[in-house]
Amino acid sequence: MDDQEVADVSLELLTKAKSLANKLSCKLEAIVLGTDLKDVEKKLFKYGVDVVHVGDDKSLAPYLTLPHTKIICDIFTKEEPQIALFGATSVGRDLAPRIASAMKSGLTADCTSLEIGDHYVKKTDTTYKNLLYQIRPAFGGNIVATIINPETLPQLATVREGVMKKEIFDEGYKGELKKINVNDIIDDSDFIVKIIERHIEEKKVNIKNAGIIVAGGYGVGSKQNFKLLYDLAEVLGGEVGGSRAAVDAGYIEHERQIGQTGVTVRPKLYIACGISGQIQHRAGMTDSSMVISINTDESAPINGIADYVITGDIAEIIPKMIKYYRKNSK
Amino acid sequence: MKALKIIVLAKQVPDTRNVGKDAMKADGTVNRAALEAIFNPEDLNALELALQMKDRVKGSTITILTMGPGRAAEVIREALYRGADDGILLTDRKFAGSDTLATSYALAKTISKMNDYDVIFAGRQAIDGDTAQVGPQVAEKLGIPQITYAEEIVDIKEKEIIIKRRLERGVEVVSSTKPVLITVHSSAPDCRPRNAKLMMKFKHSKTVTELQDMSEDYLDLYQSRPYLKIDEWSVNDIEVDDAALGLSGSPTKVKKIENVVFNAKESKRLTAYDQDIDDLMKELIENHTIG
Repeated sequence: MDDQEVADVSLELLTKAKSLANKLSCKLEAIVLGTDLKDVEKKLFKYGVDVVHVGDDKSLAPYLTLPHTKIICDIFTKEEPQIALFGATSVGRDLAPRIASAMKSGLTADCTSLEIGDHYVKKTDTTYKNLLYQIRPAFGGNIVATIINPETLPQLATVREGVMKKEIFDEGYKGELKKINVNDIIDDSDFIVKIIERHIEEKKVNIKNAGIIVAGGYGVGSKQNFKLLYDLAEVLGGEVGGSRAAVDAGYIEHERQIGQTGVTVRPKLYIACGISGQIQHRAGMTDSSMVISINTDESAPINGIADYVITGDIAEIIPKMIKYYRKNSK
Repeated sequence: MKALKIIVLAKQVPDTRNVGKDAMKADGTVNRAALEAIFNPEDLNALELALQMKDRVKGSTITILTMGPGRAAEVIREALYRGADDGILLTDRKFAGSDTLATSYALAKTISKMNDYDVIFAGRQAIDGDTAQVGPQVAEKLGIPQITYAEEIVDIKEKEIIIKRRLERGVEVVSSTKPVLITVHSSAPDCRPRNAKLMMKFKHSKTVTELQDMSEDYLDLYQSRPYLKIDEWSVNDIEVDDAALGLSGSPTKVKKIENVVFNAKESKRLTAYDQDIDDLMKELIENHTIG
């Protein structure tokens, strides 16, 4: 939950999970923990959810690691799911490993793709049917790894917001509501960690849904130079994003990071400025309708997926783009 | 206040942030030799918070624990130069191929074998995997609470520790009793530099394995200065179920590794000349991509 709304990433995961469940001919179930959750199931059924487990208790919001872990492990032990997916949010990345450790099961972080497939082990002549293929870039993005957990259940994975597409399955879909008796599962010992203060800011930027994105990488060179990107984005009515290298260098805030460990975007126009284009970055923008790459390095990997490659310096090129657009757009 | 016993978990990682063109071999495998081995960046932030805790509570001690091959002893020396008191290198071929679950099992078993502790610090995640799993999994295996994404030590009281956490859109201040495991976010202060005196003191510190290549003169020095000994533990020093280690103890398996191949598009190549830029912008306006 994100305040009183179901987080976008959860709906995206339900959409993906529904297609996985259909392939496996199994049910899709959801777990919601928080407080004041009346009617939350109605928001979920239309994504094709067959059973919604709701734990509604004052003690469950805001999120705390131990009570959430205990309740979810309790449900996993009873229901024995084959697959469980978590949003790779600050909550999901705190919770999922704790659960994986308690369930002694495998967890793959920040998957960029999930598929169902088989696995054959030659040594023992065993075929494992219908495993979850957890696919993610690894090792600095130089390789893409497919990870499986053949022996342990549930197969656990986290996925970042925006990686999967959110889509309503059936407006009239009807599932079942199951209430969790929270206080039968947790007790005082689960509240060793106490929240003293909390300041959560409104989401300021919404690059996920922007139609035009001007993104900068390490090659932009400085925070000052990023100003050019903001100028271009403002003129075109777009948003500014950055690669991880640009975020790590302090040129731009983390909220605007595009890629495997940031946000995934699908704009109609993506202008990549000084971005080399490692796979983690490309994983977050490869579905853009049109890509323009501006780079001094003619052989930058990003140029391979760009529709237009402009070789040169952004300080020279961006002002020209702005100038032409100001003069010629209506 | 009673002195605290602090453990810092650190990892030596290949510097995946600076992957050059020679990082991949012709056959598509990773050329580890081309990547420098470094102290995982967020583990340095973790060490800094541990050092701040030691500064604030007199008499506290810091033990650095790292699991890895013999050369990972370098991580321990780096921590000693900055103010850690001692270190343990956990090294054994049986750990090879460990995923995060098998790694956290080995670390938790090692910690259980060490003296009592009050606080365990670890970096949020290591740059070679970015999973952020080992910290929470060690906490779960030890049956202690976790505080993830720590940015600042707000207060240390007799009974509890108060920590500010960095969340994706804000901050949270939480308290916990001891013992607790704290993972540290990169927004925490950078680690202090090496201290010249400590460097002099510890530059000849060695593990048992490293001793083998040393001269007799050095061995005399080593005998007379017990602090030069970096503990080296193997599977034999901890009580473990061998089946829970390494590849066999890892539920996740790598099914397939693909080298990244470009499905190169037919790109139009342009220059920075006015005419090229004007033509491009004209086309974008005409096909309603912009405007």
